Amino acid sequence: MQYLEQLLFIIVLGVAVYFFVQKIKKIRRNIFLGKAEKVNDNKPERWKTMARVALGQSKMVVRPIAGIMHIIIYVGFVLINIEVLEIIIDGIFGTHRALSFLGPVYDAAIGFFEILAALVFIACVVFLGRRFIAKIPRFHSPEMKGWATADATYILVIEMVLMVALLKMNAVDQVLQAKGADHYIAAGSFPVSQYLTGLFTSFEIPALVVFERVFWWFHILGILFFLNYVPYSKHLHILLAFPNTWYSRLQPAGEFANMPEITNEVNLMLDPSKADPDMPPPEKFGANDVTDLGWTSIMGAYACTECGRCTSSCPASITGKKLSPRKIMMDTRDRAEELGKAKEVHGADHHDGKSLHDFISQEELLACTTCNACVEACPININPLEIIYQMRQYQTLEKSAMPTEWAMMNSNIENNQAPWQFSPSDRANWTKEI
Amino acid sequence: MSKQIHVPTVAELVAKGEKADVLFWVGCAGSFDERAQKITKAFVKILDSVGVKYAILGKEESCTGDPAKRAGNEFLFQMQAMANIATLNAYEITKIVTTCPHCFNTIKNEYPSLGGKYEVIHHTQLLQELIDEGKLTFGADPFKGKKITYHDSCYLGRANGVYDAPRRILEAMDAELVEMKRCGKSGLCCGAGGAQMFKDAEKGNKEINIERTEEAIETGASIISANCPFCTTMMGDGIKHANKEGEVEVLDLAELVAQAKDL
Repeated sequence: MQYLEQLLFIIVLGVAVYFFVQKIKKIRRNIFLGKAEKVNDNKPERWKTMARVALGQSKMVVRPIAGIMHIIIYVGFVLINIEVLEIIIDGIFGTHRALSFLGPVYDAAIGFFEILAALVFIACVVFLGRRFIAKIPRFHSPEMKGWATADATYILVIEMVLMVALLKMNAVDQVLQAKGADHYIAAGSFPVSQYLTGLFTSFEIPALVVFERVFWWFHILGILFFLNYVPYSKHLHILLAFPNTWYSRLQPAGEFANMPEITNEVNLMLDPSKADPDMPPPEKFGANDVTDLGWTSIMGAYACTECGRCTSSCPASITGKKLSPRKIMMDTRDRAEELGKAKEVHGADHHDGKSLHDFISQEELLACTTCNACVEACPININPLEIIYQMRQYQTLEKSAMPTEWAMMNSNIENNQAPWQFSPSDRANWTKEI
Repeated sequence: MSKQIHVPTVAELVAKGEKADVLFWVGCAGSFDERAQKITKAFVKILDSVGVKYAILGKEESCTGDPAKRAGNEFLFQMQAMANIATLNAYEITKIVTTCPHCFNTIKNEYPSLGGKYEVIHHTQLLQELIDEGKLTFGADPFKGKKITYHDSCYLGRANGVYDAPRRILEAMDAELVEMKRCGKSGLCCGAGGAQMFKDAEKGNKEINIERTEEAIETGASIISANCPFCTTMMGDGIKHANKEGEVEVLDLAELVAQAKDL
């Protein structure tokens, strides 16, 4: 029976890890649907950014309540997972509390995890409250309907259930330890679950062992389920926040990349000696689909946890325009998933004939003031502006789709060297009036 | 106090065998727009009074291409940029100051990879330098106790991380700086960036400049200070919309400095 349980555990663990790895591989493939980008300059600064922004959560605390609650869940998640390591060891080798040989350190750690578990539970309650009772507006934008809100709710509920399972498991364990049951060595300290022991003291040892096993299995199955839920969910940010911050832009936010293909074309016209005559003329300007974006933009889409800080600081969103930077990221992820799946079914060369413009309208693109508020607000340095901008370039350069006023502005710049219709010879007239 | 100021062009100085220390890039708004011309003139008066050796390009200046670029027209942007770079390089320009954060951002960040490498500063940075060096001083606390709020432009603030220089100018003039709720890194756009200045806003329930101006008015300040000709226009329109003309003024920091110096 003992070995059967171990064998079962190993199989379950193996299957869970296998499916997780398969899904991650698909996500990796979808991310690399994007254009190759070489981002490896200034590595010390990149490590620093990752340490500060992802590990140190520096941008989360800009909004203190959500920031502190998030840090509790984050620290709880990272540290309580150390206990998962023990659970895995116990599961494979049939041991019980394998790390208890650490003595007082172990006791202190278990006690600390319990306090964290309780705090995580409370933080999840607060988060649910913010979402559904306080109804904070950024959680109720149009793009949050359906799956997005369900996803957020599932994550919080799963986390709460996992914390309860952990605490109940510890509570039964304590009772078993106190009753001197075989196998259940006295180890750990239980500052929180000691208050739950009352639920179990009236049971005999055999029943308690069943309870303990049920909670133990429930906890670990819950964690393995969650492991496999995460890559389908916005919760993937717990992994991708790290590479996303590492690869985030280091140059000034106002610097919009110059397109080298166009530089060559312009040189051919103005100064052919500077141009590379062998450079092929560009196939396409700007972004029509996710395949035209840099891969870091698609990674950003998978890293987005839909918190909506971007949207709540976007001047266009605030004033009721259709643009929402969060939706830009969600659409990019949805499109990458869709195209990835189509290619999986029909082969890598297949194209389904759709584009990112089927998800994001010109009205949204035109509403952007390029103010960088969304980029600044993102706790993990996602850059919705880059996507908006490249899609706008496509509309302007490939489709000549732009408001008449912009067409006029462009022709003024071309003919009068100013966006308005003034004569260039009047440019210095102001100097006569001073 | 008003005296005739002669604004030298680079070409003129070159003809005399002279060289300016800094090129003042006026920008299209500063050159043509009536409201923005006031900022240009104020800044020139300051440069003149402090004795900075500056020059403008005059008729040889041309749009940086910023609005074309933000509107997605990379081709037109690069045509403009290359032409400007050719002019600037021909005159061996090394340092540029501009009163427009859009010109500032474009020349500073987007010209270098096209062959235009210059030291580029925004006029608020130059003013702060002059204050620090003791060349620009204010007598008798010109704005003592006066409530002034400051609107960060996106292209000076978030785009380039310049938040302090403009605030230190206000401090030097003894003004009481009252910040808006959204300021510094989280400052709200005036609505004009990204070539929005040149088109109608998309459909929504409010104009961005009205949202921002209301926030500025809430501070109780009688002056909204700004650093960008577009912001100045947008906020000025916001004031008109709120019927606060005469109560609240929108002024560029150069205009405030010129006022304080009675120029």
